[in-house]
Amino acid sequence: MTTEIKNIPLEHVIEIRNLKKNFGQQEVLKDISLDLFESENLVVLGKSGTGKSVLIKCIVRLLNYVDGSINVLGKEVADLDRKQLEATRKKIGFLFQSGALYDSMTVKQNLEFPLERIRKDLAKKERDEKISEALENVGLADALNKMPSQLSGGMRKRISLARTIVADPLIMLYDEPTTGLDPVTSDEISRLINDVQKKYKTASIIITHDIECARNTANRVIMLKDGLVYHTGKPGEMEKSTDPFILSFFKQSIKK
Amino acid sequence: MKTSGTAIKLKKFAAEQSIKVSEKSLQRAEKATGFFTEFASIFLFISRTTKELFSRDFEFREFFHQCFLVGNKSLPLVSITGVIMGLVLTIQSRPVLVDFGAVSMLPGMVTLSIIREMGPVITALICAGKIGSGMGAELGSMRVTEQIDAMEVSATNPFRYLIVTRVLAATFMIPLLVLYADAIGVLGGWAGANIKGQVNFVLFFSQAFASVGFIDLLPAFIKTLFFGAVIGFVGCYKGYSAGRGTESVGIAANSAVVLSSVLVIFFDLVAVQITDLM
Repeated sequence: MTTEIKNIPLEHVIEIRNLKKNFGQQEVLKDISLDLFESENLVVLGKSGTGKSVLIKCIVRLLNYVDGSINVLGKEVADLDRKQLEATRKKIGFLFQSGALYDSMTVKQNLEFPLERIRKDLAKKERDEKISEALENVGLADALNKMPSQLSGGMRKRISLARTIVADPLIMLYDEPTTGLDPVTSDEISRLINDVQKKYKTASIIITHDIECARNTANRVIMLKDGLVYHTGKPGEMEKSTDPFILSFFKQSIKK
Repeated sequence: MKTSGTAIKLKKFAAEQSIKVSEKSLQRAEKATGFFTEFASIFLFISRTTKELFSRDFEFREFFHQCFLVGNKSLPLVSITGVIMGLVLTIQSRPVLVDFGAVSMLPGMVTLSIIREMGPVITALICAGKIGSGMGAELGSMRVTEQIDAMEVSATNPFRYLIVTRVLAATFMIPLLVLYADAIGVLGGWAGANIKGQVNFVLFFSQAFASVGFIDLLPAFIKTLFFGAVIGFVGCYKGYSAGRGTESVGIAANSAVVLSSVLVIFFDLVAVQITDLM
């Protein structure tokens, strides 16, 4: 299936249909359908607890879903066996909200860890070059031998981003990339997200409730409310919306 | 009117009681379900670890790193415990043996006690405290900070990388630590014997080893393999299945120590019974 953004025909990268996810009696995702196209930045907006993070964790099957379908790069995620799932995950970069850097490893080892496993074809010298390149891309080339505990929150996020892009993913999933960061660092992260999109031609889903991040990075925005897709559109269009719920988001950002 | 009022009160009371009873039954049912769920997840954990043990991509580097952490880093603690164990055992036993005029049996008795029972059990309990809690806390905090999830999404099998390597390292290194603790313990025994008298080093050790046979050493060594596996499995299981809150890290570490200590004592009982039959 193809669609057109700015008159360029684009392929589906992720196709989600009628996704449902429960935690016990609590229905978190009630009926979610969305599409992600190649080289697109799709921002998923919504209040805390609306299931945004759950949504992307279902995509990489960190969480199993109850009903519906998630198709990633033409494969139904629920039907994949362990090896197929690993092969699919190799094409996806996942930036965790906390950064999730391995505490016991240096920055270099943090980047080496996925690279050794995903790009087994690379020689040591090539791996080192890729690590240096990824670190340069996030502006932290000198942090190579530092431990995660020596890094600030923003630096941890950037190293974590370097770790996800080092293995050349086709899809990027960002879980609250700017949460807990000051406005300047948030802008830097948003700029890096755009750089990654341009340089690596990745399709990305960016989970956030930070309107500035959404404005800076989104090609398209999906807004979730109570486990359902409330609205889909371009960021500029949504800002002009008269819907009180959508406006409440953008008003908050103006107040700031 | 009065009778009907009492009847209503009685009905109300009966209804309240029946609600209480059904709530209690529900709680009991939930507890029972929780127990069986836990049992099933332990079984699944062990079977998955065993399956991953025989997979092709074994993480040798991490395995050797864990062996270093489990073995080398536990040496000071095991050394101190071993010396004290030998010293205490000798100091406590000597007066009784002197009373019976059997003080010459002291080296053999101390060595046999250490090799058969004291060394394996005390070292295993010390390791349950140090290694089991360490594994529980480390994996628990990795779970809380999403590091295990990060490993999974970067196409790394966390079971192969984190669990198999740690369980194997504990299984191999704890028996070696026990052998080391036995040796240090016997040395401590010699030191203890010299506190109240003078015993020649060569004489002490020749008497000690004269009373120890292969049949004493082998069952003790085999049971320490089980102790190591138990400590590794329990520590990893508790850490890996920790909840999402920071509080669960403490719970994981604590329950890893408690459960592995109890299981070490239980397996020791089983091992003693089996050895007794031989």
